[in-house]
Order: sequence, then C-alpha cells, then structure tokens
Amino acid sequence: MTEPAAPSAETLAPELATRPPRSQWRDVWDQFKKHRGALVGAVIFVSIFAAVFVGPLFYPHDAQYVPTGRDFIRLRDMRPVYVLLWDPGAKADWSHPLGTDNIGRDALARMMMGGQVSLTVGLAAMALSLLLGTFIGVLAGYFRRLDGPLMRLTDLFLALPLLPLLLVAVLLFREPLKAAFGVEGGIFVLIVTLVGITSWMQTARIVRGDVLALKEREFVLAARSIGTPSRRIVLRHILPNVLSPIMVSATLGIATAIITESALSFLGFGFPPDFPTWGRLLNDSVDRMTLYPERVLWPGLAISITVLAVNYIGDGLRDALDPRIRGR
Amino acid sequence: MLNYTIRRLILAVPTLLFIALTIFLLLELAPGDPVAHMPLTIPPEVRELMRKALGLGEPVHIRFWKWLVQFFWVEPQVFIDWLTTKSAIAGILPDTQFYVSCAGGDLATCDARILSWQFRSPVMDIVLQRLPQTLWVVGTAYLVAIVIAIPVGVYSAYRQYSWFDNAGTFITMVGFSVPPFFSGVLVIVIFSVQLGWFPSIYDTTHRVTDWDSFVFQLRQMVMPVMVLALQITSQISRFMRASMLDNLNQDYVRTARAKGMTEPTVVLVHVLRNSMIPVVTVIALGIPSIFGGAIITEQVFKVNGIGEMLIKAIEANDIPTVQTLTFIFAVLIVVFNLIADLLYGILDPRIRYD
Repeated sequence: MTEPAAPSAETLAPELATRPPRSQWRDVWDQFKKHRGALVGAVIFVSIFAAVFVGPLFYPHDAQYVPTGRDFIRLRDMRPVYVLLWDPGAKADWSHPLGTDNIGRDALARMMMGGQVSLTVGLAAMALSLLLGTFIGVLAGYFRRLDGPLMRLTDLFLALPLLPLLLVAVLLFREPLKAAFGVEGGIFVLIVTLVGITSWMQTARIVRGDVLALKEREFVLAARSIGTPSRRIVLRHILPNVLSPIMVSATLGIATAIITESALSFLGFGFPPDFPTWGRLLNDSVDRMTLYPERVLWPGLAISITVLAVNYIGDGLRDALDPRIRGR
Repeated sequence: MLNYTIRRLILAVPTLLFIALTIFLLLELAPGDPVAHMPLTIPPEVRELMRKALGLGEPVHIRFWKWLVQFFWVEPQVFIDWLTTKSAIAGILPDTQFYVSCAGGDLATCDARILSWQFRSPVMDIVLQRLPQTLWVVGTAYLVAIVIAIPVGVYSAYRQYSWFDNAGTFITMVGFSVPPFFSGVLVIVIFSVQLGWFPSIYDTTHRVTDWDSFVFQLRQMVMPVMVLALQITSQISRFMRASMLDNLNQDYVRTARAKGMTEPTVVLVHVLRNSMIPVVTVIALGIPSIFGGAIITEQVFKVNGIGEMLIKAIEANDIPTVQTLTFIFAVLIVVFNLIADLLYGILDPRIRYD
C-alpha cells in the first residue's frame, strides 16, 4: 500500500515547495484576522496599553503634583478643552487637555497612572488565576486519585459568595500587608492575590475536561510506554495541547480582574484615596458629577472600552483556536 | 431522580458546613475589637463582661457551634412564629410559640438570637426589613431581562449574521463589559441630572397608596432596573442564541419542516422548547449571583437593601451581621445550583441521574 504512495508524494513535492510551510500559529493568526471585532479589539487594547505606559514619558505633568499658592487657585477645577466648544467662558486650557481635579492635579496624567495600576492588576491577577487554574485542572485531570477531592474543592469555591468575601478579606488583611509591603504595594499584593484565588475555577474545570480526554490518546500512551515520567508527560505532551482553552480564559480573566479591582476601588475597599486607579478615580468623582461629568466619564469609559476590547479578543481567539471553525 | 435529589441534599450539608466554617474562621481573624472604641475609663473587668455579653471570650469551636445553632435552630423557630402570627401568607394557620426568648431574666443577656453589634437587634429582623427593597428592584430587573433576552436570542439565532444579530452581539458585549458602577452613574448623569426624568436616589420609605404614588414608584425603579437588566439580558440572550443555533441544524427540525409545518410552529414550538432547557438552568443559576451583583447597584442608587446592609456592616465591623449575610448568600448559591441541576433532569428526558 505504501509503495505507490511514495512516488506520488515525490511528484507532488515541487508543487508543495512553492507554498511556504505553515505553522499552527500562522493559521490561528489568519483566522484571528478574519474576526473584525477581535482585530479592532486587539488594536484598541494595544493602543490603550501603549498610551498608559508610554504616554507619561512624553506628557509634561506629574499625576501626583499638587500646585500650591496662587497656582492652586489658578489650576484647580479646570474643565477639559472640548468644553470650550459650547461654553467659550469655561476655565480650560490646552496645557491640561482633560482638565484638573479639585486640588489641581492633571486629569490626563492621573488617568494614565490609574491605567497603569488597573492594567497591571488585571494582568497579574490573570496570571495568578491561570497558574492556579491550570495547575489544579491538570492535577485533577491527570491523576485520578486527586480528581474527586480537587473537583469538590472547585465546587466549594464556586459556591462561595465572592464579592462579600472579597470585601471582608480586603478589610482583614489590609493592615498586615500594608506593614509588610508599604501602602500601595500591600494593597496591590492583596488585590492581585484575592482576585487570583477567587477566579481560577472556570479555568480549572475546562483544563481538567481537556486533560481527561487527552490522556487517553495514543501519543500519551506512547510516551508512557517508553518510560517518560508523569511530570514530563504533563509538561511536554499535555500542557501544549491545552494551551488554547487556557489562552481564551486568560483574556476573559483580564476582563474580570480589571472589573473586580475597579468594583473594589469603587466601593472604597481598594487602593487608598490619593492613589489613582480607574475605579478609584470614578468613585472620587461621583460626588461632584453634576458639575464635572467628565471626571466620571473618562475613567468609566476607559474601564468599559478596555474590557470590551479584551472580551472581543477573547471571542476572536476562541474562534481562531478552534480547528473546527478555522479554515472555513 | 428521587435518589439523586436525596443524595445531593445530603451532599449539600458538608458543603454548607465547610462554607460556614470558612466564613467564620475568616472573620475570626478580624483585627477589630468591638469594645475598643468604648471610653478608656471603663475598668478592665467591666470591659471583659461587655465582651462576654457580645458573645466573645469563649473558645472558637464553642462560638462556631453556638452560631450554627442560632442559624439553623433558633432563627427558623422565630421565622415560623413570625409566619404564623404576623405575616399575611400563613397568617390563617394557628399561632405558634416555638421560640421563647428567655427562661426568666432580662432579655438583653439571654436572648439566643443572632444579634447585630451595631443595631443591638436581631440580624434576621433587619434582613426581613431590607429584603423587600432588594427583591423589588432585583426581581423586577430579572423579569425584565428574561422578557427581553429570550425573543432577542431567538431572533438573533434565526437570522444569524443579519444586522439584527450583529447589533445584538455588540450590545450584549457592551452589556458584559460596562460595569454597573459606570452604567449606573452614566444613566444618573443623563436621565437624572441632564434630563431630569427620574429621581437619582431610590426612596425606600415611599409607600404606594394611589395612582400617583404608583407612578412615582415606577419612575424611581426605572434606572436601577435598567442597569441590572442590561447585564442580565446580555448573559441570557447569549445563551439563548447559542442554544437556538445548536438546535436549528438538528434533524428533527428538518423533519418538522418536511412535514409541512409553518415556520412559526417549527421555530417557536419545536426549536424553542428544546433550546429553553439549558437557558432555564442558566436563569436558575443566575439568581443568587444577582444578589451579589446588586451590592454595587444598590450602592449607586442608594437602595436600602441587603447589599447596602452588608457594606455598612463590613464598614462598622459588625461581625454577626456580616457572617449571617454572607452565609445567606452561600445558601442561596448552593440551593439554586441544586435547583438548576434538578430542573435539567426534569426538563431533558435524555439526562438520567442514576
């Protein structure tokens, strides 16, 4: 049977050589590009990321600088420049494009600094939750003995009322961590840890399901038959194959982490008042939103657009990584 | 099925006990001392008596057991008494007197109910006072969301990739992504500050007596309900659409069409009924998370409900209230998980729990 097949493959060879070899990730990228929403989402997310991290290098104002003396009166409560369009007498100036807050700090600089914190929290919490979720999912899927206890643990975590517990936990551990890592560092560690250990469950379930199916496949059997230890089977053969569901839950994890951090900051259980994050900026401006609606609008828009972009990326990734949809 | 139900109910007991223990131990670590803010002139032995009166000063396991007894034995008794004597629903039943607060002595020291530290009154009484507000707002939002989401999901799936479907997908994505603390503030700025259509604060003392007060009640409910409903609608309509899409390509649909049934019958009777099975369970699973999500919405619109009560209790370091409320949320989650699983078994005859 193989004899006639061999020459035909050789005759095909020149034809094949004209097409460059394609890797799996190239196919994924091609499919991802077809999802217009995901592409736009990716562009927006990258631009927000760049604006927030690179922007402060070029922007002259410092987010925490409070003017004193006559400058304080001159610079406080400035409106964004676009207000001049319908109200020529408004207190606005191009040196502060988004205006200043009630003690004269530049709003755009604070938005960028807040974005740095929000995005860093989102990425770090996502990484932690992925690590936990993948670890528990692989253990539960691969080792039959651990499956029962670990999945019961996952169910228990799913049954916990998370937002109330998060609020309580923030209150409990804020002081000790403040002492250990400093004011901002302590809250950062706290929020990242809390969001991470309360959002790994979905990842664990998905990974476990995939591992259960994968470990019955022939290549795992082959690996085991030549005496590969479990650790290496998991790392070399199983983990690369569950990468796609992990990547999808990674994008969704960023979205949940950003929203949870903002919600905590909004309820007053997050970062300290002087320290800007998008949720904190929103919360601080709610009291005076009738006079200065822009102070509520911009942080809120920033959170919403970031999360929307991330959700669209997740949607596109899910389609791109699914081989049944890819290539259609 | 009955076997499965019983097994699940028995399994729910250790789950709830574990959650209760987690919550209890977490709060055990709380740094605040409830008598710390009292005047320094109080002598230490009196202070110790005060801590005892608050139920502190005993070993952890005894206090945990006491709290469990209070929650599962004392409070249900009080609740049954309340139902039979005061409430309108079961008021016709003969009055019961299961709970006797004290065998003599003054009420403050030997009342066995869970007492709130900030109000000095039973936590459950306050919960019952707050519950109607939460249920009105959240319940209405949930109903509105279901009524909107199901037709939207059905039509989106039926006309997949039409402009309606694309617009629907975008709106549900926005609904997922815009957090309630922003959408709430945004609708307040637009509809309350700029247009002045609706009041921005939910007046919980408002009583509906005539038509005008009813209209006022509707107007103040519009904004919180809108904000909550946007979120819930996006989730449910996504599920509805996915589930309809799964079913629309099935063989039985082609059979129904081949038999010459009209398109509305095929879609609304055959496909819809089958697609509703996972959606119903999603709706059941969402109910407890709505109580959690309502914490933020209640905070934005100043609704005097359970979520607001929890935030205030956390801020005031009122541990019995926080414990009880969190545990009530946990019970809701476990119960509705069970209901969702059972519903799935009842609605879908292909699923057998044996």
